[in-house]
Amino acid sequence: MGESIIAFLDAWSPLDIVLIAQNFDRFLWGALVTLQLTVISLVVGGLMSIPLAIIRSGNNPFLNAPVWAFTYLFRGTPLLVQTYLIYYGLGQFEWIRQTVVWDPILSQAWWCALIAFSLNTAAYTTELLRGAIETTHKGEVEAAKACGLGKWMRLRRIILPSAFRRALPAYSNEVIFMLHGSVVASTITIQDLLGVGRWLNGRYYLAYEGFITAAVMYLIIVLLVSRGFRLWESHWLKHLYPRDAVAVEPKKGAASIRI
Amino acid sequence: MDLILEYQAQLLSGTWVTIQLALISLVFAVMFGLLGAWAKLSKNFLAQKTAVAYTTIVRGVPDLVLILLVFYGGQQMINSFGAMTGLWGYVEISQFAAGAGTIGVVFGGYMTETFRGAILAIPRGQIEAGIACGMNRLTIFRRVIWPQMVRYALPGFSNNWLVQIKSTALVSVIGLQDVVYNGFVAGRSTRQLFTFMFAVLMIYLVLTAISDLGLRWLDRRYSKGIVRSDNG
Repeated sequence: MGESIIAFLDAWSPLDIVLIAQNFDRFLWGALVTLQLTVISLVVGGLMSIPLAIIRSGNNPFLNAPVWAFTYLFRGTPLLVQTYLIYYGLGQFEWIRQTVVWDPILSQAWWCALIAFSLNTAAYTTELLRGAIETTHKGEVEAAKACGLGKWMRLRRIILPSAFRRALPAYSNEVIFMLHGSVVASTITIQDLLGVGRWLNGRYYLAYEGFITAAVMYLIIVLLVSRGFRLWESHWLKHLYPRDAVAVEPKKGAASIRI
Repeated sequence: MDLILEYQAQLLSGTWVTIQLALISLVFAVMFGLLGAWAKLSKNFLAQKTAVAYTTIVRGVPDLVLILLVFYGGQQMINSFGAMTGLWGYVEISQFAAGAGTIGVVFGGYMTETFRGAILAIPRGQIEAGIACGMNRLTIFRRVIWPQMVRYALPGFSNNWLVQIKSTALVSVIGLQDVVYNGFVAGRSTRQLFTFMFAVLMIYLVLTAISDLGLRWLDRRYSKGIVRSDNG
């Protein structure tokens, strides 16, 4: 039975499905590397972006200018070039190669990709969060002041919680962009999901199989992530949605109010 | 710095390739975007489902994967089809065509959403008024929908364009001699990769800064006569 299915696929499928199945564990490992790089850089970049966004929305020019320059540089240039700059570029300097971090970190493709991705997503998230902080309702801040909350307490209790909520829909886009951007890792020798696809095609001299398998797996991951974010939004932003029409409808027999 | 001046011819020719690639793929993206928006808003079931599938796939799969698939897979597909039917001999897709076509199709998916939202933002009554005045569909599009659609679509369009111009860097992976590729080759042969990659970074920064200025000018132009609430 199993053999006849394989023989059938061998003869009729335009794609070499048997080969994909044989190498499927490699694709799963590749997906794991992709997810690992994406998640770690999102966490690191996200943590960096909170203080940076607070600085950007404040009015201290000495702090604001360098953070602005950082976000402008990283948002205005391609992730591919940023990654090349770190992975291939840093070796140009003799003194960097002399430091202790060269061998374990800066000469490793994985770490370089992680550094580039983290800085990149930190820049985008900073601007996103800045927008959310700056649109905080004036009255909320005034009320917090009137209640005697200090500057940090206002940030922690009033401004940031509502800013995070406002930023969430845009942040889900940033997460998907980062996931898409992580394919850059495969150009600096990392075996991520696309890296495995390229390896398979190169090894067996194929044109479709590796890329199509990778494409389908990326698509599945993206759909799962956006579904997850929609659930998170419906939980976090529940209070902003209009109430259910059914719940507002007056009960039978109750006096209906005309507006 | 001297080194960069020595290699400025390569960097400049690469920059020109990048600009051409970005502009041509933008034309594709706008065409696919308009087509996609029309299909998504049409009452035709098949057109609607096709457009939904198109935007889902194109926005779900990373652009580099699609570029590689089109460049290697597309070539094979065209050739095996040619060999099967005997219609054409060996065909080679150029890196430029594969890159411009794929980036155009991918960003057409993003443009679809932008244009769809912009068309929906136009009050229905205005289109009805156009019909009442006896305009035909083309006139309504030209005089009522287009001028307002551009205004509503500009913020999203600007965003897409700024992402798209950066995506063109990926085409260096399939060997197109754009600014990244040329910068990389120059940097490797002089063992000064940091210098050259930094120069490439600056070139992209200039390109995005110029586009930003141009888009702001367009925004002012198309928002003439509109009072904006300044939220202050």
